[in-house]
Amino acid sequence: MAGQGSLRLSRKSDDVVVLEKDLSTEQMVLSMGPQHPSTHGVLRLECLTDGEIITEAEPYLGYLHRCFEKHCEHVDYPAIVPYTDRMDYLAGINSEMAYCVAVEKLLDVEIPRRVEFIRVIVSELNRIASHLVAIGTYAIDLGAFTPFLFCFRDREHILNMLEWATGARMLYNYIWVGGLAYDVPAGFNERVLEFVNYFRPKALELQQLLTENEIFVKRTKGVGIMPADVAINYGWSGPMLRGSGVQWDLRRNDPYSIYPELDFAVPVPDGKLSVVGDCLSRHLVRALEIEESLKIIEQCIDKMPGTEGFNPRAAVPKRVRPKAGEVYGRAENPRGELGFYIQSDGKSTSPLRCKARSSCFVNLSAMKDLSRGQLIPDLVAIIGSLDIVLGEVDR
Amino acid sequence: MEEGKILSNAVEESGAAYAVIHEKFGEAISAFDDNATMPFFEVQDTALWTDIALFMRDHPKLKFNYMACLSGVDYLEEGKLGIVVNLESLGVFSHRIAVKVKCPRDGGSIPSVAGVWHTANWHEREAYDMLGMPFDGHPDMRRILCPDDWEGWPLRKDYRVQESYHGIKVPY
Repeated sequence: MAGQGSLRLSRKSDDVVVLEKDLSTEQMVLSMGPQHPSTHGVLRLECLTDGEIITEAEPYLGYLHRCFEKHCEHVDYPAIVPYTDRMDYLAGINSEMAYCVAVEKLLDVEIPRRVEFIRVIVSELNRIASHLVAIGTYAIDLGAFTPFLFCFRDREHILNMLEWATGARMLYNYIWVGGLAYDVPAGFNERVLEFVNYFRPKALELQQLLTENEIFVKRTKGVGIMPADVAINYGWSGPMLRGSGVQWDLRRNDPYSIYPELDFAVPVPDGKLSVVGDCLSRHLVRALEIEESLKIIEQCIDKMPGTEGFNPRAAVPKRVRPKAGEVYGRAENPRGELGFYIQSDGKSTSPLRCKARSSCFVNLSAMKDLSRGQLIPDLVAIIGSLDIVLGEVDR
Repeated sequence: MEEGKILSNAVEESGAAYAVIHEKFGEAISAFDDNATMPFFEVQDTALWTDIALFMRDHPKLKFNYMACLSGVDYLEEGKLGIVVNLESLGVFSHRIAVKVKCPRDGGSIPSVAGVWHTANWHEREAYDMLGMPFDGHPDMRRILCPDDWEGWPLRKDYRVQESYHGIKVPY
């Protein structure tokens, strides 16, 4: 937009507009990332900027590509589980769950009920931990430091519990095809309940710190609006899609495990606090989901069958060799729909093809359209609201 | 038994959706495979894939508005490459169906549906990156996960990794 005698408008504050005359402008390429702290990992955005305005932002991926799908064709089915941990490393258990749900559709195994309950409890705990990171880092992107510390303090409690149950803090390998690695330790449920009671007021406090914070609201409200139909066309899922007002949750709409028996709400923004589809809506959905996850955990502990005659590996096959066929299995991850397309020839113990449909990858694909015409600081707000984990984007 | 019942309902719904598509496109698509885990049909006349996709998205009885997944697959024995597309009607109906499109391994290409579902844009770039079949009419046909100057197509069954990349030894 190199112009002679051009006029340029910029907004200084809400009621002061600056008009500059004869200011020649030209487009500038600004490379953001792959080591930029606000890109949440090794994402590179090549921005074409006109002053402070982004005219085009092209994402470049692959810095963390570890050939997940190629590895899958060389190891057997149970050995893929640890690889799924390393995709979305903030919600490893949810990734394992999605993969095991997909494989179990091809196998004819009956999963013991207690296993299902434990699976749901640990994956909801992991969902809360993941949302806490999302909210905390989002706040730090926008300049609020305190919520980040609060989030990480409470996430630590969850990681300690998961470490106690699974033996690892982030890369669990806990949910196995057909069962679990171990039963939960004695006294686990009591400690989880104690955490739930401790955490409820903290979650409220966190809500107040952010959603009632005027600076935070000003940075996010009305920024990066995604209409519902475009979001569906872009294949968005999870909190991103619900942020646009679509009440779609795989735990409800394509139920797996014991979710049909549980009572929980699928929160969507009502447009009172935020503009439906903007960054603030996506943040609100995550914040409200934490409360729903707490409810699910309480119900699971309440309904969970006892340990009499329980063997977490009872239904784990000696050799996982699914019947010939294909399956597309999926589960609701903290970041959206994580799906696995698995092709089995019925003879081999490793899949012919295993494709991971990553929610972050799909959500990020809308970046180009979302960022067009936005200010550079708003770009940071938009990336943060997408809540991407580059390990899952690049696989 | 409860679960089996739900599954068969799902397959029935996909079958009903298939009937609508079959009525319009006839021999261009294969018979319906009503397996329980992933019911699908195959597009025989590959050139028609974009039209079929648009029809599936917009027909008032189908409304497949959501593309859940697009996976590139190497069919080594058949000498073909292909894609498997998982489609779903989100919020309108509850049916889902999978579609397979195949092309020859050497020099074949598949029509792009990036104009029908935005999400197909990156999925098709990934399939191209991994298997090497170009998508005709794609707005931005570049590699996405591998570097632009990477040699070969990693997910082909007969892939052999290059010896060195910019002076770095690759196989280890």
